[in-house]
Amino acid sequence: MKFPTFSKGIHPSDHKEFTNTKSIEFMPLPNEVFIPVQQHIGAPDEPIVDRKDEVKTGQVIGRSDKYVSSPVHSPVTGKVKKINNFLHPMGSKVKMIQIQRTGEDDWELLKHPEDWESASIDDLRQLVWDAGIVGLGGAAFPTHVKLAPPEEKPIDSFILNGCECEPYLTSDHRAMVEMTDKILTGMSIIMKVLGVENGYIGIEDNKPDAVEAMNERVQNLNLDFKVMALETKYPQGAEKMLIMSVLDRKVPTGGLPMDVGTVVNNVGTAMAVAEAVTEGKPLVQRVVTITGDGISEPKNVLARIGTPLQSLVDFAGGLSEETAQVFMGGPMMGMALHDLSVPVIKASSGIICSTESRVKKMQSYPCIQCGACVDACPMNLVSTRLAKFSENKQIDAMEDYGIDSCVECGSCAFVCPSYIPLVQWIRVGKYRVNESRNKQAA
Amino acid sequence: MTDEEKKQQEETGEPPSSDGKSDDKQTSDSKTGTKKKARARKKKKAKKKKPDPRSKLFQLDRQPFILAPSPHQYTEDSVPKIMWSVVGAVAPAAIMAVYYFGMPAVWMILACIGAALGTEALINRIKGEGYTIGDGSAAITGLLLALTLPPSFPVSGGIIGSVFAIAIGKQIFGGLGANIFNPALLGRAFLQASFPVAMTTWTAPNTAKFAGIDAVSAATPLGQFKFENIMTQYGDLLTGNIGGSLGETSAIAILIGGIYLLVKKYADWRIPVSFLGSVFILGGIFWLINPAQFPDPIFHLLSGGLMFGAFFMATDMVTSPITPKGAWIFGAGAGLILIIIRLYGGLPEGVMYSILLMNSVTPLINRYTRPEIFGEVRA
Repeated sequence: MKFPTFSKGIHPSDHKEFTNTKSIEFMPLPNEVFIPVQQHIGAPDEPIVDRKDEVKTGQVIGRSDKYVSSPVHSPVTGKVKKINNFLHPMGSKVKMIQIQRTGEDDWELLKHPEDWESASIDDLRQLVWDAGIVGLGGAAFPTHVKLAPPEEKPIDSFILNGCECEPYLTSDHRAMVEMTDKILTGMSIIMKVLGVENGYIGIEDNKPDAVEAMNERVQNLNLDFKVMALETKYPQGAEKMLIMSVLDRKVPTGGLPMDVGTVVNNVGTAMAVAEAVTEGKPLVQRVVTITGDGISEPKNVLARIGTPLQSLVDFAGGLSEETAQVFMGGPMMGMALHDLSVPVIKASSGIICSTESRVKKMQSYPCIQCGACVDACPMNLVSTRLAKFSENKQIDAMEDYGIDSCVECGSCAFVCPSYIPLVQWIRVGKYRVNESRNKQAA
Repeated sequence: MTDEEKKQQEETGEPPSSDGKSDDKQTSDSKTGTKKKARARKKKKAKKKKPDPRSKLFQLDRQPFILAPSPHQYTEDSVPKIMWSVVGAVAPAAIMAVYYFGMPAVWMILACIGAALGTEALINRIKGEGYTIGDGSAAITGLLLALTLPPSFPVSGGIIGSVFAIAIGKQIFGGLGANIFNPALLGRAFLQASFPVAMTTWTAPNTAKFAGIDAVSAATPLGQFKFENIMTQYGDLLTGNIGGSLGETSAIAILIGGIYLLVKKYADWRIPVSFLGSVFILGGIFWLINPAQFPDPIFHLLSGGLMFGAFFMATDMVTSPITPKGAWIFGAGAGLILIIIRLYGGLPEGVMYSILLMNSVTPLINRYTRPEIFGEVRA
């Protein structure tokens, strides 16, 4: 059977067997949490609590007045210990609120409607904002902004992104199997807010149980959603690729999904929306996959935001001594970590502990013009040239070859038999292009 | 790793991984602002042999994690793997060469590979940038060159050709990946220009040669057709029981290796398909116009070095286009040139020049066949 898909892309070995049959476990509440004040793309939040303040679970502890921003909430009931710069998964130190847990959860819930179907759209959107919901797929873009497309761009389709194309990760997969109803509720709410009729659920065909669960519940609940099994191919879950696969629409260069009348949200985001609207719970927890051959008991965990990775790792039985690399997110686009004191953030979909690192073994060869990167790039770029131009600081050439279109999925670097860090050079190139643009603007 | 870093590592137990670098960034970059200063300080420290305060960071009860930018997962393919696979794919043709032409073929193959590896190593040594003979690219050049030479060609000539192929064909441009022309073909073109008689003296395949019977001179099927108008049987063309260069005679052996390469995706399938396809179509058109004067298209496909060239020479990654559209143009262009040379040129065979000529326009093809960027609106 042939599944709909986009052109090009790659087939990395997915390693999902570690956790794809393991039910989501509730992680015991951590004794201490570190909440980065900013966990979204947009205007930075400011902490609104002080040292020694008592906070409840779900209480707002950081916010901004700007529209493109998202508040952060305390994930535990306890006392603010410190507001200081701590190590962030991205590698730098950023402002975080350290909270010492003092007891069991004492929820401060958001004011939510009893029946969301009769609630007003503006109220629902406000609720999504107040709940601090951002894109949980990894980009962490504030969801309420996505749910308020400008009027000149009518939206006719909504796609729920259940692809989870990154190897290793199974958090969305398990959520789709175990929390199907919650996800579908969230999807219905989002579609109501957007006012769209056509709902699609895109799932890669390596998760047949998720497809089946979704199909079954969609039929039982009499929903008019179309569950689509898509070819297992990286980066199927990239927004532009997903829209191509599901709707056969091409998001124009430099454009957004709304330019082709589409909004895409991640499964986790839909679940968070459902929790906020039906239970009044802000986004203080998420499903995280702890996996890899470096961890004793790989599992899917429902963990509070701010939980230090060390606690998560301990919960999963600890690391083996040979662990060489730990990264947050998937292996294709995730961040390598050097310290386990960093917290789980809203965008953490998984923690992968690997005993093997290719870094040590990698010896770069010269480009042999094999064209593998050209055959892999889902955006149809000539990656090897872009990397060369970036190395040589040829700004014009980079722009000419469409460096702005690169989605940094890493497919080119994955396939390169010469082990040339192609996507890494392209990232440098993007920086160089922006630098020169800023210079020209100044 | 520099010596200083090594020293530092010994002192502090700091690993030479990128781990160290990124911590460096956090601790020193924020204070001094520039990397240069941080580096200078590092040097100073190494000289004074004071313990690095950062060493505390690495007093861990585990080995430090390695930091690297994403992606963290990579393909299993590598340049040496590809190159040695090509060697393996050419092997059936080489075995057939030995079967038909006996020990001279063995000596020629060994001498050419040896000379290619030796030249590569010598130039590596002169350049002082490390040895690259292990990546297999020099071996494949030597092997391919050997298989394109006539059976009676002197081994010394093969060595000269290999040296030229590696030194002038490849290393002078900067080594692997930088050459414009297929090195093996360039080596052959050099020999063709230098020893025109020896390069066009062919012997009949003689399976009895192991019994000590001397070789009999014979023309190639293409030569026979062009100059004597004699057709050769398809069966002989397929198995290789014909006169010709060492490795080019057996179409079946070449197909086995070629299909292996295409299946493994170590060669772009578009190039042999468009090359052979354009030869078939163009040859067919001429044949339909005048079957008495021109050979039929199947004869075109099976005779001479076309199969060998299309599967092993034209698909050379370095000298063929990187874009899919470019690969079609490359193959079709080579087919067109080949037909012109075969039917109207002074030589009976034109595979070598057709590929070399298309090699020269490959950068141009790459430039003008860029794939259309996803979502780009055409102006």
